[in-house]
Amino acid sequence: MVNTGKKFMAGLAGLIICCLLMMNCYAMESYPEEIEIDVLAELYEGVVFDHGLHVMMTEGCAVCHHHTTGTPVVDSYCAKCHTNEEPMATVSCKDCHSSEPVTAGSVRGKDTVLFHDDKPDLKAAYHLSCLGCHQDMGAPVGCQDCHARTEAGDAFFHSGQFAPTGSTGSSGH
Amino acid sequence: MSKITRRKFLAGSMAGGAAIAMAPTKKAFGANLEGFPDGMGVLVDMTRCVGCRSCEAACNKEQNLPEPNKSFDDFSVFDEIKHGEKRRPTEKAYTVVNRYEPEGSEPVYRKIQCNHCNEPACLTSCFVNAYTKTPEGAVIYNDKVCVGCRNCMIACPFSIPAYSYSSAINPIIKKCIFCYDTRLKNGQTPACVEACPQQVMVFGKRKELIKIAHDRIRRSPGKYVDQVYGEKEVGGTGWLYLSGVPFQQAGFNVSLPSEPIINNVKDFLAIVPMVLAIWPALFTGFHLLATKGKSHGHGDDHSHDGQEEH
Ligand code: SF4
Ligand code: SF4
Ligand code: SF4
Repeated sequence: MVNTGKKFMAGLAGLIICCLLMMNCYAMESYPEEIEIDVLAELYEGVVFDHGLHVMMTEGCAVCHHHTTGTPVVDSYCAKCHTNEEPMATVSCKDCHSSEPVTAGSVRGKDTVLFHDDKPDLKAAYHLSCLGCHQDMGAPVGCQDCHARTEAGDAFFHSGQFAPTGSTGSSGH
Repeated sequence: MSKITRRKFLAGSMAGGAAIAMAPTKKAFGANLEGFPDGMGVLVDMTRCVGCRSCEAACNKEQNLPEPNKSFDDFSVFDEIKHGEKRRPTEKAYTVVNRYEPEGSEPVYRKIQCNHCNEPACLTSCFVNAYTKTPEGAVIYNDKVCVGCRNCMIACPFSIPAYSYSSAINPIIKKCIFCYDTRLKNGQTPACVEACPQQVMVFGKRKELIKIAHDRIRRSPGKYVDQVYGEKEVGGTGWLYLSGVPFQQAGFNVSLPSEPIINNVKDFLAIVPMVLAIWPALFTGFHLLATKGKSHGHGDDHSHDGQEEH
C-alpha cells in the first residue's frame, strides 16, 4: 500500500514537472507583443506598451517579472526563496500589484507571504520598474515621453491651456 | 473652542494687557502630546523620488490654493534660489520638492511639507492656542484665532509655517494640514501621497511606518543610509524620511536635538509678554491705516479650517 502510494506520488510529481516544463516553453514562446496599460488612466492617456520590443532588449523575463515566468531570477531578494524557476499561473503586473493605493496597514496586513510585504501598488510597480530601467539605460524619462497628458492632466498641472497667465508676484516674505 | 476673534482678542488684550502678560505660558502641552499612540504619519522614501512635482500639483488642487507662478511641470523651479536658499513651503504652496546634487551621486529630490511633529514647537510657541495636534496625528490651526505674530514661524525647526498677507489687516499662518478635514479625519490617504507615481510615500500609523522603514534599510543595506529621519528628531515627527545619501547632503538639518523643542521655546516665550505689551497699539495702528476709507469686511474666509466644525 505504502509502495503504491509512493509510486503514485512520484508519477504525479513527474507529471507536474512535465506540465511545468511545457508551460515554461509555452510561456517563453508566446507572449503578447503589445499590452495596453490603461487601468489607471486619468491625468494621462493609457500606454500601449511595446512588450515585444522590450522582450528583445532585456536579458530575461525576470528583469521585470521577478520569479513568475520560469527564467532565472535576477533580484537577489526574490532569489532567497524562488530558486526553482517554476513559471507561475499569473504573470501580469496587475495580478499581484494592487490598483488601490497601499497604506502601512495594507502593506503589512493582507499578504500572507511574509517576504511579499511592502509590495508597491500597481501605479508604483509600473513606474518604479519602467522609469528605474529607463534612467539606468538612458531611455526617455519625461512623463509625456510614455503617456500623453489628458485635458484633466493639463488642468491638474496648470499647464498647456491652463498655464498661469502671468507672474502672480513673488511669495513668501 | 472659544470663539475669540482677532479683534476681540486685541480689545481684550488692550483692556487686560497686564493680566495676559502675567499669565503663565503653556507648560502643560508637552504632557498632553504623548497621548496619541495611534497617530498617523507618512514615510517618504527619497530614493524613489524623480522630482515630477505631481505631489505639489495634487496639494494645490486639494487645498484650493491659488494659481502657481509656474506650471507644475516646469522644472526650472529646482534652480530657484531666494535669500541664498532653495524653495520652502509658502502660503501658496504647502509642499515643495527641491533638487540636491550630492557629490558623486545622481541628483536627489526631497519633498518638504509640515512634518507634523509629535510635540510641535509651533503649537508650544503659540500663545493664543491657534494650533492643535489631533489624535490622528495632524498639526492643524484655527486661522480665526491666529493673530499673525509669527512665533510659530520662528519656533518651527523645519521653517514650515508661512504667512498669508492677502489680507493686510489679518495676516494668518498657512501650512500643510495633512489634508486633515478632507481626508485624514476619515482615515484617507493625503492627496500628495496618492498622486505620486513612484509611491515615494506610504501613509499609515507612525509606529508601523518606522518598522517598514527599518525593514527597507535591513533588506537593502547598500541602498539607504542607516537612519530614519524624524524617528528621533525633536521628539519624533509624523512624517519620516529615508535617504540614499547622508541627510545633510539633501538639505536636512542634522543638528537637531532628539528632545522636543519645548525647552528652548520656553526661553523664547519669556520675551513674549514684553512683545505683547506693545502689540495692541501696533495692531490698532495697522488696523486704522488699512481700513481707512474702507468697509470692515475681512473677506478672507478659510474654508479648510478643521476646527470650525467642532
Ligand atoms: S514641522 Fe514645524 S509647523 Fe509642522 S508641526 Fe513641526 S513645528 Fe509645527
Ligand atoms: S498632506 Fe495634504 S496639505 Fe499636506 S502637503 Fe500633502 S496634499 Fe498638501
Ligand atoms: S510626486 Fe512623488 S516622485 Fe513626483 S516629485 Fe512628488 S514625491 Fe517625487
